[in-house]
Amino acid sequence: MKVVIMGCGRVGAQLAGLLDTDGHSVTILDTDAYSFRRLPPTFNGIALIGNGLNEEVLKKAGIEEADAFVAVTQGDNRNVMAAQIAKHIFNVPKVVCRIYDPLRQELYNTLGLEAFSPTTIFAQMLKEQLES
Amino acid sequence: MYIIVVGGGRLGYYLTKALLSEGHEVLIVEKNAAICERIVDELGSVCIRGDGCEMATLAEIGTVRADMLIAVTGDDEDNLVACQVAKHKFNVPHTIARVRNPKNETIFKKLGIDVTVSSTNIILENIEAEVPTHPLIHLLTIRDKGLEIVEVKIPPDSTTVGKPVKELSLPQGSRLALIIPKEHKPRVPTSDTILRDGDRVIAVTTPESEEELRAALRGA
Repeated sequence: MKVVIMGCGRVGAQLAGLLDTDGHSVTILDTDAYSFRRLPPTFNGIALIGNGLNEEVLKKAGIEEADAFVAVTQGDNRNVMAAQIAKHIFNVPKVVCRIYDPLRQELYNTLGLEAFSPTTIFAQMLKEQLES
Repeated sequence: MYIIVVGGGRLGYYLTKALLSEGHEVLIVEKNAAICERIVDELGSVCIRGDGCEMATLAEIGTVRADMLIAVTGDDEDNLVACQVAKHKFNVPHTIARVRNPKNETIFKKLGIDVTVSSTNIILENIEAEVPTHPLIHLLTIRDKGLEIVEVKIPPDSTTVGKPVKELSLPQGSRLALIIPKEHKPRVPTSDTILRDGDRVIAVTTPESEEELRAALRGA
């Protein structure tokens, strides 16, 4: 599977490493080259400097042949916009994004975007942990 | 009308001032407390501190009854999300997004934003229009029909000078609407109208065929 990941933060880098280990072809994007230090030393994929909101950059990252796109930058709105570009303009079959704000996450889910809110998931996890 | 303006920068500020003077009910949503305070000082209590992309903020200011939401922050993605939330969550009938990167205009349209205004393109066109040698000036875009009205100036060395309009190979869908000669009064061209050096031709065209129109009018 060919995957394009936007945002090489802790989550993005970790995910890139996991997918790479499993033998998937991974391209990871970030606007700051310094972020790529988070990638595991064994990473075989491509690390590309550029803004995932830019169609040219996405094309360079191979979005047209990608099977999946993941948006995990720090900005909810950036993730939302990039995910919509991937889904509606490049017709990537599987698009997933992170939206910290639970309300916005709910809305975009109803609009057909596969979005996860770490806020909701983690709060729920903590609650279960405390109650167990 | 009740109009919500997201972003209290220079554009948001002057837009609000203009809308208020037209008698509308206007509210600015601005993240930055200092900017908010300054707007309230100058325009009265028309600014609330908050994130215009956040549903809680929009719910609090009664976005459900808003007739229009205009997003004019400096970040395209924020403008996109503010408009989408307003449209899909609060059923705001009209949403307008400012677009800074001209490339995003088509993306926004595909993602369902009613109206986009590209500040960069507008400034660019205005400056270009002031460059005397600029071959084609955009005067107006008719978005819903995919048409634009442009001005093409006929330079003295153009191969079309002295030719009648019927001999020009105008692209399909392009029509000449008016010719403004250097000295005489403007006239509506017929097929026999002769092009003269210095004529300014006002034409209706599509964005795709504007290059072809320019070539047809000035000689390639």
